[in-house]
Amino acid sequence: MTRGTGPRLAVALDGAGWHPAAWRSEDARPTEVFKAGYWLDLVREAEAGTLDFVTFRDSLALPSDGVRGRLDAVLTAARVAPLTSGIGLVPEIVATHTEPFHLSKAIATLDYVSTGRGGVQVSVSSSPEEYRNFGRREFGEDISGEAADYIEVLRRLWDSWEDDAEIRDVATGRFIDREKLHYIDFEGRFFKVRGPSITPRPPQGQPLVTASSGVADSSVDVVYVTPQSREEIGALVEAQHGRQVFADLVVFLDETSQAAADRRARLDSLALLESDALVFTGTPAELAELLLAWHVAGLDGFRLRPAALPHDLTAITRGLVPELRSRGAFRKSYEAPTLRGLLGLDRPANRYVA
Amino acid sequence: MTKQQKQIHLAAHFPGVNNTTVWSDPEAGSHIEFSSFVKLAQTAERAKFDFFFLAEGLRLREQGGLIYDLDVVGRPDTFTVLAALAAVTSRLGLAGTINSTFNEPFEVARQFASLDHLSEGRAAWNVVTSWDAFTGENFRRGGFLPQDQRYSRAETFMRTAWELFDSWRADDLVADKATGQFLRGEPGRFEHHDEHFDIAGQFPVPRSPQGRPVIIQAGDSEEGREFAAATADAIFTRHGTLEAGQAFYSDVKGRLAKYGREHSQLIVLPAATFVLGDTDAEAHERADVVRRQQVSGQTAIKFLEQLWNADLSGFDPDGPLPAFDPVAGENTIAKGRASVRMYRDPLATARQWRELAEAKNLSIRELIIEVTGRQNFIGSPATVAGQINDFVQADASDGFILVPHVTPGGLDEFADKVVPLLQERGVFRTDYTGPTLRDHLGLTTPASPA
Repeated sequence: MTRGTGPRLAVALDGAGWHPAAWRSEDARPTEVFKAGYWLDLVREAEAGTLDFVTFRDSLALPSDGVRGRLDAVLTAARVAPLTSGIGLVPEIVATHTEPFHLSKAIATLDYVSTGRGGVQVSVSSSPEEYRNFGRREFGEDISGEAADYIEVLRRLWDSWEDDAEIRDVATGRFIDREKLHYIDFEGRFFKVRGPSITPRPPQGQPLVTASSGVADSSVDVVYVTPQSREEIGALVEAQHGRQVFADLVVFLDETSQAAADRRARLDSLALLESDALVFTGTPAELAELLLAWHVAGLDGFRLRPAALPHDLTAITRGLVPELRSRGAFRKSYEAPTLRGLLGLDRPANRYVA
Repeated sequence: MTKQQKQIHLAAHFPGVNNTTVWSDPEAGSHIEFSSFVKLAQTAERAKFDFFFLAEGLRLREQGGLIYDLDVVGRPDTFTVLAALAAVTSRLGLAGTINSTFNEPFEVARQFASLDHLSEGRAAWNVVTSWDAFTGENFRRGGFLPQDQRYSRAETFMRTAWELFDSWRADDLVADKATGQFLRGEPGRFEHHDEHFDIAGQFPVPRSPQGRPVIIQAGDSEEGREFAAATADAIFTRHGTLEAGQAFYSDVKGRLAKYGREHSQLIVLPAATFVLGDTDAEAHERADVVRRQQVSGQTAIKFLEQLWNADLSGFDPDGPLPAFDPVAGENTIAKGRASVRMYRDPLATARQWRELAEAKNLSIRELIIEVTGRQNFIGSPATVAGQINDFVQADASDGFILVPHVTPGGLDEFADKVVPLLQERGVFRTDYTGPTLRDHLGLTTPASPA
């Protein structure tokens, strides 16, 4: 058992980091954010630290601060997939303006190109800019429940092929057994989707579905929450019974607490960091203590948002991870070939198999 | 003085979900595992091909109300697999078929601009316009488009995407750490209002290495040819004979002048199949075997049903054609197939088929092999290299999109034996001369807006 009893660890990647002035740090590479090599370096660093997964932030509008511009997250994840081997890859998608049929096959394909390390973070659109970019819906329309419907369609489409649907039966001339392909016939308040998918069931059966708390809680495998203190954790976890609960934390990590605080102060003097998640400033050892305490309080894991890249990512992989390992609280190598496997989740049965 | 020889362009089509692809061959591998895509793409890059080509279909085909099970079924998401292939190739162009009916311009432009960045300038977009309600059942957009709006939506879709690609200048990204200026002004602004799209905002992807992806247009209709002449960088066709190819070639190239474009700005690339052998005789023997693999008795009956628009499951594929004529009206037998739409006049096609079958005394299966299965190039490597070069030098095309019939090794022999002969003749590159697909195709990169 290499995993120990500690928390699971993910990292959220976005631009030059989560502080809007992060791109002005000395070691930042802001113009390379639009090149594959930048993302490959970051994901390989995270993989060297045997993290469970990385998320790739996305939206369907131009970011209003920080790195002003963004590439498609699913494609960025797919671009790094063949050149990594152990870490989970979880791009964010916006359900509100996209087609669940397209995104279902996109995430299934991410699972194929990563041989079982694909997942998705489903979010909903909250900015009028995104509505105007698509021009199909009115901002302010009631979209409650749509993300849950969307995830239901993703999941049904992933199951719309049974695992053994491809038979290649030369004797009867049939490539597939069509009885093992299923129309999903989803009808909801927002859309209808007939199915089956054009893409066979992906390696994990169901790629990992994640979302921030409140988006579609009961539909997901991993919920991201933003506790501000240890006291809040019990109630947050209890509300998510059955789901794995990860806390989001923005992190500034340096060798001394003072250095981390100074670095934050420097960036804060350049731009204002507005954060829903708690901002941690300190040493990797201090963060390890906090994570272990919060883990004991009930959290399954953490999604750390590096305030500046690559600095705070490297501090996670080369500082925090060794701290956790030395406490027997984090894996030393990947113990499973799939993302679900890393999170201790089984490959789910297909809902359409009688 | 002899005319300078044209340089041939070659692309590799990943084997499709139709009966051209022989899945029953012992060499046939997975059609969905990524390793198959890697293998074919790396073979094409080793052979210095211009690009890798991926078709798309957004609903599984049906016949007689049942999912069609005789051919390969299942394929990946186009954008996602191309982005992954960018990681395991470094020069090969990456062309994806993306539908303009069941997508939105903002999203597709964002995806292609992203793919072009992530591949350092190797993205191409084959624009297609499927419109049917059958496919629409998979989409929230739903519905279908009246046929007369197909090209108008496709055209305005693409022009809108261009506006988005052109919304950033090449030097809009400043990222000056000292001053804190990230952008020059507010790039990406766009506004487009017409009967199809009502959008405005700010595009989030900086100008990509090729400015915009290479645009490929497939389509043989009058509107399709005009659309290609006006907007496309390459046109994907299916003209099999030299004469038909020449007629098409001169027709579409002739349309360019009125749009102020040169002949070299629209590359004509028919799809082509091939069978190689050590000798011409051996190749022809292999081709016969392949045709029979491609057209089983069951497949022949299914093909006939598509034209006849009727259930013919009781007919013997080794027997004669039905005595009655095709059923007129909307095709209710086959759904989600381009071939059905090809038969614009089923009665006339049936009459031709009947005459052919009677003249050559062909069974149903033999007839279908005759009318659908003929490979474009059959012969020894020297013969095939000669045929391909003759086609191109005779202005029947500028090259070919080759469709191997076996996944994923179906291009190996061509890469190993035919490509060196084309290189010896001086009509095909021995190495890439530039990093982008536009470089390979001899296309200029669209100028950045001032």
